[in-house]
Amino acid sequence: MAEVRLEHLSKRYGATNVLPDVTLTINEGELFAVVGPSGCGKSTLLNLLAGLDRPTAGRILFDGEDVTELEPRARDIALVFQSYALYPHMTVRGNLAFPLQVTKRRHGFDRRRIEEEVQKVAGFLGLIPLLDRRPRELSGGQRQRVALGRALIRKPRVFLMDEPLSNLDAKLRASMRAELRRLHEELKITTIYVTHDQTEAMTLADRLAVFNHGEVQQIDHPHEIYARPANMFVAGFMGYPPMNLLDAHREGQTLRAGPIRLPLAETGAQHLLDQPLIMGIRPEVVAITSVAATGEGAVSGIVRLVEPSGAGMWVTVDLQDAQAMTVIGLTEAGFIPNVGDSVAVSVRRASIHLFERATGKRIGSA
Amino acid sequence: MSDMTEDRPLGNVRTLRQVGLKLCLMLSVGLFCLGPILWQAVTSVKLDQDLVRLPPILPEQMTLSHYGRVLFESPIAQSLANSLIVAVSATTVSIVVGTLCAFALARLPIAGKPVILGLVLSTSMFPPIAVISPLYLLMRELGLRDTLLAVGLTHAVYSLPLAVWLLTSFFRQLPAELYYAARVDGCTPLRALFTIFFPLARPGLAVAALLVFIYSWNEFMFALTLTASDATRTAPVAVALFPGLYEIPWGDIAAASLVVTLPVGALAILFQRHIVAGLTAGSVKG
Repeated sequence: MAEVRLEHLSKRYGATNVLPDVTLTINEGELFAVVGPSGCGKSTLLNLLAGLDRPTAGRILFDGEDVTELEPRARDIALVFQSYALYPHMTVRGNLAFPLQVTKRRHGFDRRRIEEEVQKVAGFLGLIPLLDRRPRELSGGQRQRVALGRALIRKPRVFLMDEPLSNLDAKLRASMRAELRRLHEELKITTIYVTHDQTEAMTLADRLAVFNHGEVQQIDHPHEIYARPANMFVAGFMGYPPMNLLDAHREGQTLRAGPIRLPLAETGAQHLLDQPLIMGIRPEVVAITSVAATGEGAVSGIVRLVEPSGAGMWVTVDLQDAQAMTVIGLTEAGFIPNVGDSVAVSVRRASIHLFERATGKRIGSA
Repeated sequence: MSDMTEDRPLGNVRTLRQVGLKLCLMLSVGLFCLGPILWQAVTSVKLDQDLVRLPPILPEQMTLSHYGRVLFESPIAQSLANSLIVAVSATTVSIVVGTLCAFALARLPIAGKPVILGLVLSTSMFPPIAVISPLYLLMRELGLRDTLLAVGLTHAVYSLPLAVWLLTSFFRQLPAELYYAARVDGCTPLRALFTIFFPLARPGLAVAALLVFIYSWNEFMFALTLTASDATRTAPVAVALFPGLYEIPWGDIAAASLVVTLPVGALAILFQRHIVAGLTAGSVKG
């Protein structure tokens, strides 16, 4: 268990600057997710943390100790790979025991002690009946568990995971997610979890860092990131369906985005509103209703796309009287529109996000 | 592909013709490749007076006297032992050095890998005849002329590029994550090589070792130049210099060449499964 600190860490491959400059602190015992689209530098970050790659500049500190120049084996970390990377020529037992056998001298473990530890981890992960099988005889979920076990057995200071669930089917992924959370609650090992799946990051992490183009966009608790995205990238990336981001401007005491008008509440930073804005509205606060039931402030539009999702339906609507402005919203239970239907769109006032159009930065909520 | 043609009407006629054609081709290729060996085999069991007569193609009377003479009255037995020593040591050196080299080129962060691989390859581009006189002088100066060490060393050096190239491609086929996993689990690079790469690249190692062994076993020119006595001559050289007093002993030579070919053939058959597995390893994700 350790606190992990990155100080001005950067990595450059030839002319491409994969990680320009990252500074962040991961608290002791925290499950910290690093999330971003593919190619955002998150895997590079993990390789640097594991010591499989050297940074161009900057430092990595574990509990204040500089490990930047240390070999992977001297860092006392464990890494779970996306491809599991189980040793195909060894049984499950061999795979689990491998990290202990290799570091036997350092730990002073004899054969019996190693077998004890293997049994303990295998029991913990439900692998006892599989101990004598080889990786190729295991299902995806079982391989995943073995990979976890191999990482856990050494009780590392820092636990690194590189998209560990992305090769599993949806149902298994959900149950493994819960299991990972349980594991973390019990062991409290500082864990850095890299993923491109924002749902995974949101549901799993204590805190998370959103990356884009190698730069940290925002670091916060999942609910904070959802409630107060720091910029348009975070707003659009986190949450599904993605947030509606509409060009908007101020007209007196109203905010206008195409045909949508919303009265402007008193906010502190009035002067910031006199510039081109982006209005961000989560699809779940956009109500799609039939035209007959139109309420006050509703706008009409034509249905483009209907996506059933359990309780209601996500509906993509082309707004009328607007040039190519579409909004995704949620229908009320029982209302089933068809593509091409005319519907009414109304925005619940509760949570509107405002961003500067020029920089994409958050101004506030209205 | 052949399924498609078989499904068509008149497919049977076509299939029959195709099979016939294939059979003919296979027979002629087989005869072309194995013909000389068969002829040697026939010659090696003929009586001396039958050797220069044709017909009969097949001997009416068979004899093992040629084999007896080759094995017990000629330096072939000694040369077989020499060949074995040379080939085994050349293979060992070549595979050990080649493995370390290939591992570094496949996995370690080294600048200019393509250049290094190119240089390694270029050394094997010199025709042996071009290096043979300086090599002879070098060995003489080192006092190694007419020793097995000189032949073995030369074979090891000359087959090293082959081993490096083969093994580099085998190591590259192993997923990089396995190496990284081993490193994170606490291995030094060398330990990762021994515990992870060695067992997984076994087919590749077998192929490389066999090819080096065959090269060394069959190599003629270096062995001929660097040796000067029956005590150090390898088998191919011994066969070529087979003693004949008044005439060329065709029967003995035929028997000798078969005896010399046999070990390599046996090895190839023994390792066939490995070779086929090795040559296709990694082509399909396992």
